[in-house]
Amino acid sequence: MNTATAAFGRSIHSHGNWNIVLEIAAREVFELMLNSQLTTPAAPLAQDHNITAMVGFAGELCGVLILGCSLESSNLMASRMLGVHPGEIARENCDAFGEICNMIAGNFKNKISGLGNGCMLSVPAIISGGHYHVHPLSRAEAVEVTLLFEGAPVSISLRVHN
Amino acid sequence: MNQIRALIVDDSSVMRKIVERSLRQAGLEISAVLEAGNGAEALAVLAENHVDLILCDINMPVMDGLELVKRLATVENARGVPVVMITTEGSESHVVRALSAGARGYIRKPFTAEQVKEHVIPLLGVHA
Repeated sequence: MNTATAAFGRSIHSHGNWNIVLEIAAREVFELMLNSQLTTPAAPLAQDHNITAMVGFAGELCGVLILGCSLESSNLMASRMLGVHPGEIARENCDAFGEICNMIAGNFKNKISGLGNGCMLSVPAIISGGHYHVHPLSRAEAVEVTLLFEGAPVSISLRVHN
Repeated sequence: MNQIRALIVDDSSVMRKIVERSLRQAGLEISAVLEAGNGAEALAVLAENHVDLILCDINMPVMDGLELVKRLATVENARGVPVVMITTEGSESHVVRALSAGARGYIRKPFTAEQVKEHVIPLLGVHA
């Protein structure tokens, strides 16, 4: 069990601190799988995403986790995961980025009390390009976190439909 | 056991490479790493190959890891072969279902090479 689980686990019925849980879930994935520390931006950042990964939740929690960053950042993430030079990354880019999103979603889910047993994850989907808009269903709440990976912004958004 | 033949089952090729690297970092002498992208592919691999260890994701298309573990009991080449799940699914019910189906270990993603070592070495009876 990851060390933060007990301290920050929250009930599915209380969304109050989910941004903190989401941030911890992301930090752990980057530390353990990429050997990289995400940092907190000092000020709001302009975000120029051109790659997005999405993992859906179904069951007791319905929604979607959206991970976005620049293509350069996602390439660097893949190289860190695989332990190779960024120039050697080709087809693995989308696969690695989807897996990062998947692990953040799973790690988040496992930290929310009562959610693990009754919530399923979809396989990741990847969107290339930045000119799109996500249209959430009505009554969707959003939990947003922006962190820095090697100085570049990475946005993590959880859209909750129930 | 000196030379290990491992089967890694995960729909992500990146994750298969990371798991393989973790096995090597654990100090195991790997003679062969076979790969499969889902449970059905794993069964096809096992129909023609014997392995010493199976590392398996749960959430995969076509046939998931829990179904694969259930079916391994009837596969000659998998009889007695330890299976370790490596998955984002961390709930107690998933752990219980996996272990009840026959898995011998359970690792939650994200994971470290040290965790892989701690789970795998005792199952293989080797000293890395």
